[in-house]
Amino acid sequence: MRFAVLQFPGSNCDQDCVHVLGNVLGQDADYLWHKEESIANADAVVVPGGFSYGDYLRTGSIAQFSPVMNAVKAFANTGGLVIGICNGFQILCETGLLPGALVRNRSLQFRCETIFLKIPTADSPFTSEVPEGRLLRVPIAHGEGCYFADDETLATLQANHQILFQYATQTGELTDEANPNGSLLNIAGICNEGRNVCGMMPHPERASENVLGADDGRRVFESMLRHLEAKTGVGQAATAEV
Amino acid sequence: MKAKIVITPKKAVLDPQGKTVQTALEQMGYDGVKAVHVGKYLEIELEGDAEAWRPKIDEACHKLLSNPVIEDYHFTIE
Repeated sequence: MRFAVLQFPGSNCDQDCVHVLGNVLGQDADYLWHKEESIANADAVVVPGGFSYGDYLRTGSIAQFSPVMNAVKAFANTGGLVIGICNGFQILCETGLLPGALVRNRSLQFRCETIFLKIPTADSPFTSEVPEGRLLRVPIAHGEGCYFADDETLATLQANHQILFQYATQTGELTDEANPNGSLLNIAGICNEGRNVCGMMPHPERASENVLGADDGRRVFESMLRHLEAKTGVGQAATAEV
Repeated sequence: MKAKIVITPKKAVLDPQGKTVQTALEQMGYDGVKAVHVGKYLEIELEGDAEAWRPKIDEACHKLLSNPVIEDYHFTIE
C-alpha cells in the first residue's frame, strides 16, 4: 500500500511515520510537501505531528490553508483513509474534517509521557486489529491536546461510536488521574462520521517497535493496512468479474 | 485605518490561563476579581473603505483568525 506522509514547515514526526510504514511494516511511504496540489496515487494519507507553522495563531490553523490540504479534503470526502497524529489531529479539526478542537492542556504543562489507551470500538479502519479489551501503551507529547466539543457534538460522537481512543488507567478505567490534558470524556482520538478520517493525540509511530519499548502503536497502522487490503481485494474481484 | 480584533475563549471552554492569572491577582491582594479570560488581540492595517472591509474582516475572523468552536470574536474598524 502507498502512504503519503505530509510535510509542513515545522512537522517533526514525518520521518518516524515514514520509517514505521516503510521499514517496519514494509509499505511504500513517501513524503508529500505541503505545496503539492495532489496526493497522486496514495492509498492513505498521514498528517504527522510537530509544530506546523510554529503553532502560530492556533495549532493547525495555518496548515489548513496549505495547497495539499485541498487534495486531502477531496480525498477524505470520497472515502480516502486519512490519519492525523498529534499536530495532525489539530490540523484535521481546524480543517473541519473532524469535529471539535484541541486547546491548552488543563495543567498548562507540556505533557511528555507514556499513557494507556482504551479502545471503545474495533469497528473502524484504525482500531480493527486491536483485540477486544486490549489497552494500547503509547507515548504522548503535547501542550495543546485537551479535546473540546460542545455537548451536542459529544453526544453525536458517542451515539455513532466515533470515539476511538480514550485515556485510561492501566486497568482500563476512565479516570481524571489517567487523563493527562483534561480532554472531555478522556478523548484521545476520534473518527469522522464516515469512519475514514481519524485524529489522535498519542503517537503510535513512536511505539511500533519493541526496541523502542513498546509496539502497541503498530496495531493502528496494521488496522489501516487490513482495511486497505480488504478494499483493494474487493476492487480486484469486481474487475475480474467484468 | 486599522481593524482591531479581540478574540476570547467561549464561556463553555475551560480557560486554565485565565484561572491561573485570577489566582495570581488574588494572591497579590486584589479583592473582588470575579473571573479572568485570556484571549488574543490582533491589529490589521488596512487601506480602502471601512464599510467594504467589514464583511471581509468578519469572514477572515470566522475562517482563520478565530476558531468558532472554541472562541468568540468582535472587532472595530477605525
